[in-house]
Amino acid sequence: MTDIQAGPGAAVAAAPGSGSVPAIELDNVVKEYVSHGEVVRAVKGVSLAIAEGEFFSLLGPSGCGKTTSMRMIAGFEDPTQGVVRLHGEDVTHVPPNKRDINMVFQSYALFPHMNVWDNVAFGLRRRKVPDAEIRRRVGEILEVVDLTGREKRRPKEMSGGQQQRVALARALVNRPRALLLDEPLGALDLKLRQAMQIELKRIQREVGITFVYVTHDQSEALTMSDRIAVMNDGLVEQLADPREIYERPASTFVAGFIGTSNLFGGTVQQVSGDTAVLALGPSDRILVPADGALSAGQTVDLTVRPEKIKLAKEQPEGDLSVVRGTVAEVVYLGTYNSYVVVLGDGAEITVFEQNANDSTITAERGDEVWLSWQPRHSYALR
Amino acid sequence: MSRLRASLTPYALLFPGTLWLAIFFVIPTVVMLSLSLQSGDVVNGYAFTFNWHSYVDGISTYHDQIIRSLVYGLASTLIQIVIGFPVAYWIAFKGGSRKSVYLFMLLLPFLVSFVLRTISWQFFLSDNGLLLGPLKSAGLVPQDFHILATSAAVIGGLAYNFLPFMILPMYVALERIDPRVLEAAQDLYASKAQTFLRVVLPLSLPGVFAGVLMTFVPATSDYVNASVLGGTSNTMVGNVIQNQFLINQDYPTASALSFTLMALLLVGIFAYARALGTEDVLEVAAR
Repeated sequence: MTDIQAGPGAAVAAAPGSGSVPAIELDNVVKEYVSHGEVVRAVKGVSLAIAEGEFFSLLGPSGCGKTTSMRMIAGFEDPTQGVVRLHGEDVTHVPPNKRDINMVFQSYALFPHMNVWDNVAFGLRRRKVPDAEIRRRVGEILEVVDLTGREKRRPKEMSGGQQQRVALARALVNRPRALLLDEPLGALDLKLRQAMQIELKRIQREVGITFVYVTHDQSEALTMSDRIAVMNDGLVEQLADPREIYERPASTFVAGFIGTSNLFGGTVQQVSGDTAVLALGPSDRILVPADGALSAGQTVDLTVRPEKIKLAKEQPEGDLSVVRGTVAEVVYLGTYNSYVVVLGDGAEITVFEQNANDSTITAERGDEVWLSWQPRHSYALR
Repeated sequence: MSRLRASLTPYALLFPGTLWLAIFFVIPTVVMLSLSLQSGDVVNGYAFTFNWHSYVDGISTYHDQIIRSLVYGLASTLIQIVIGFPVAYWIAFKGGSRKSVYLFMLLLPFLVSFVLRTISWQFFLSDNGLLLGPLKSAGLVPQDFHILATSAAVIGGLAYNFLPFMILPMYVALERIDPRVLEAAQDLYASKAQTFLRVVLPLSLPGVFAGVLMTFVPATSDYVNASVLGGTSNTMVGNVIQNQFLINQDYPTASALSFTLMALLLVGIFAYARALGTEDVLEVAAR
């Protein structure tokens, strides 16, 4: 056993630098609107605090309320209930043009009638910044996003990636206290998206501004974020750092939404010390950290990541969770092999096996195999 | 074979339109141009003599009407912009799901014939008609007050009759504006008024431009409004051309006046396009 304490409830990480005033704070925010005569609750009570300088992601499927939450931070939506604070100041009903934060819109929303320079200078001109300073700052930020020499281009004459960088520069040039990004990479192809992820992270480190990043792409969120709020159906399901979210998903939804997960249910047979024992089939045994929350007779849902499971032809030894099944599918995926194993009760378990040494596979379709994993790698979900 | 067919397809598609233009535009224009340079009279017939006098005489006799036409056309166009822009703006941004209903309501009166609509304005505005009758009997306006047979009546009639052609292109331009672009302006510290001036207005200019083209030209060459609402002292060049063609049968003068008007409109449009159609205007708006 290692020192990692598993289990739900332990999953609430504190904001880095907590103690100081959060850059952005949502306090029990609710947003309802009427659509076709029906009241829709897009956000059902979200509370979160984003620290200064943090790269914070709102992650969830479409319709989960992440964009609405961001629009309330920006000031485009008026919360039905709750309070929005920026650096401790209540801005719940302050219009967007009076908030010291900027937004990078999905599909960029560049001004089509202005060239790159005028797009980027727009915010500074509205704030009556002196001309000389505008020239200096716009020039500098265009250098940061690598668009020097393209000042006279119109948005429609540029590629998606370039437009994306104009949008970023147009927001960053104002040196906002926080930058909101609404699926900014959604319209780019995979290669460019990955390059921009690294680029965004670099820029964020360079300028040191709080980034709030809305995305439905879990790998994007895991790659870039300091912390992630996973949202579903208008609520935050889990708020933690990427490792925590991936390793210890707090709910069935999070486990299913982030990466590949094996979910199965069982009844607790007995609890001995720190470990609860669940039985599935006659030769199966699953060990779960009990954390004092599990007792005999209780039914629980479990999750195990596919890469944590070891697949073998022989029965493994030791204090491991062990289940037995038949290989139904083997897929060679280059860096790893993916197996689908069917258990006695019909449940399907996905297993990833690293191709560390050579590409020979351990088992063929139809083979009887033993699956095993460390007890700390499975979690009882809420 | 298929490649040959593919290369011929565009021409085949253009053919009906080209034929139409040739028969109803190019040939009449050439005939008119020839007529404008002929001399003679309707009894003895006309002969082509390169007679420039129709132009010189026409312009010197009717320059009042020509200038009046341009002034009326311009005035009615300006009125249409002032009235039409808010309507187009409202339908585009506040129309919600009923946009097409509002557009239909806008076009509904225009299903009635142009002349008939103008005549009903004549009834409405007549000296003891629906508008002035009650006002006069109530003593709110003097007995000798009249609207008909004034330049205001003609300009008003022109503005009314061509209004949809101004509103529709402006609506299309406004409707195409991405609402997120307006949010971006707000996000970048622009007030509502600044957002309108810096973003909405410049982006609507192509629509205003098209609307002006579609209304200024027909309004300037119109004769129905002047003859129905304008009386004898507010005639436009269209009335003169109509008279010369149909009553005096002085075809050379009528044709010469038509070409003069056409030339003036073309010069005006090109000057206007140069001034407004370039990107310089937008650059100014960006500052």
